[in-house]
Amino acid sequence: MDVYLPIANLSVNGLVIVALGALTGVLSGLFGVGGGFLTTPLLIFYGIPPTVAAASASTQVTGASVSGVLAHNRRGGVDYKLGAVTVVGGAIGSVIGALLFRFFKSIGQIDTVISILYVVMLGTIGTLMAREAWTAIRASTTGERLPAAKRRHHPLVAALPLRWRFYRSGLYISPLAPLILGVGVGILTMLMGVGGGFILVPAMLYILGMSAGVVVGTSLFNILFVTMVTTMMHALTTKAVDIVLAALLLLGSVSGAQIGTQFAQKVKPEMLRLVLAAIVLLVALRMLYGLGVTPDEIYTVNPL
Amino acid sequence: MRRLLLLLALCAIVPLQGARAERDPILVPEVSQHEVRVRQGFTGTELLLFGAILDPAGTRAARGYDVVVVLKGPSEPIRLREKAKVGGVWLNAASTDFRSAPSYFAVASSRPVAEIVDEKTAAIYEFGTRFIQLSPTGEIDPAEQARFSAGLVDLKQRQGLYKEDMNGVSISEGVLYQARFELPSRVTTGTYTAETFAVTDGRVVSSAVAEVEVRKVGFERFVELFALSQSFLYGLLAVGLSVGMGWIAGRLFALV
Repeated sequence: MDVYLPIANLSVNGLVIVALGALTGVLSGLFGVGGGFLTTPLLIFYGIPPTVAAASASTQVTGASVSGVLAHNRRGGVDYKLGAVTVVGGAIGSVIGALLFRFFKSIGQIDTVISILYVVMLGTIGTLMAREAWTAIRASTTGERLPAAKRRHHPLVAALPLRWRFYRSGLYISPLAPLILGVGVGILTMLMGVGGGFILVPAMLYILGMSAGVVVGTSLFNILFVTMVTTMMHALTTKAVDIVLAALLLLGSVSGAQIGTQFAQKVKPEMLRLVLAAIVLLVALRMLYGLGVTPDEIYTVNPL
Repeated sequence: MRRLLLLLALCAIVPLQGARAERDPILVPEVSQHEVRVRQGFTGTELLLFGAILDPAGTRAARGYDVVVVLKGPSEPIRLREKAKVGGVWLNAASTDFRSAPSYFAVASSRPVAEIVDEKTAAIYEFGTRFIQLSPTGEIDPAEQARFSAGLVDLKQRQGLYKEDMNGVSISEGVLYQARFELPSRVTTGTYTAETFAVTDGRVVSSAVAEVEVRKVGFERFVELFALSQSFLYGLLAVGLSVGMGWIAGRLFALV
């Protein structure tokens, strides 16, 4: 089924794009990550210009997050207060990110910066998650009890001034912590063309110490709004949002997200984290390999 | 005195032109379609460029001619970046600017160009991808420039946007010629020019131009215009579409 993409200026197989959307949708519902960290590279690999891929992927992540947020909301899994704080941070972050993006693009190093960010961020997070999940799984199989859920936030978070109560997360911390986290994720969203869920989820768990039940829903809530801002930014500046491409991706991902969310409730959370850690590490390794190996294209064309 | 000189000069030119006109053939080019419509389901198209070589007398050409057809898409200024390994990591190092890189370039000839004309003539008429006039800007180091040009040509060739077909023109009975060109789906829209050259004895004796308009129509045209001129509304529409689709899916699955 050939579909012509009016902004990307080429025709693609529509079914492949829908399938790609479905794959990232399932991931998004399952793990609370946007799935952008898979969509963007896969679209580029398929031959879609990188800017169009990043812009349209952020539109798709919005859709996948809506259905994910709705699904999590039905079982009270979204902390709207904490989410709103991270969204404000995200908006600030995406403006900073857009400026950085323009700077790195003008000196021609944006691709390298993105790859290095992927390797460093994904590598660190993947390793931490894998280790944590592995300990949890081993403890549950040997029947040995882990020291009862010692959920606590990072000492630095406790050092911040001003304290708010976030009831659903079970937290009494400074709102500056989620705000700073939001800024960081916003910058990465704009730079890497991803939702930032793969950073937000572990950060919420291990830095803020939120209760696991609301982490995924709240992360999706943040991603939802940040990707909306990113889509608007792309529409206004790069003009690279391909609505046909986005619609095809959405078709797959909104259904995938629902399936993922339902599946997530039947699987042990530590098992989920181990699988996500494996995927994250795989992408990081692939990127690392890509940095060192001779690229397919030595030359790249940039319109002036 | 000056007038006399001018007169003399004219006298010298006129008979020469007359002689050329008598000897040189006339090319009558035609294109299978003057407009390529890019719309839903466009997967590329094939253009047929054909025509006739006529002697001025109107009869078929008495001698053998070689025909070269050059099809060029709209040019654009580009910056070409080159990756190099720095400290174990591949990153963009050198770059160069070209003022006019054609978005599409294809050459077809009845025989290999090297057998028809010499290097110099081939370079003047751009008979080959290595002769494309890219108009580099800035400091020009010939060796570096050549490396960059070769890199660009290689990249575009693999995208199917630059092509050379040394047996792409077929001539029947010394009168009718035809050449086929593949336009991939990723072509840039705009005016394409197809220039046909008749060559004999290593000399271009006649040329003629035909134009092809490649443009988006219908929904595709609308989307492109909308995204460019009403970017804010377009962005809102994109956001609305994704939120709407996500919400509908959520409601539908809640029923299941």
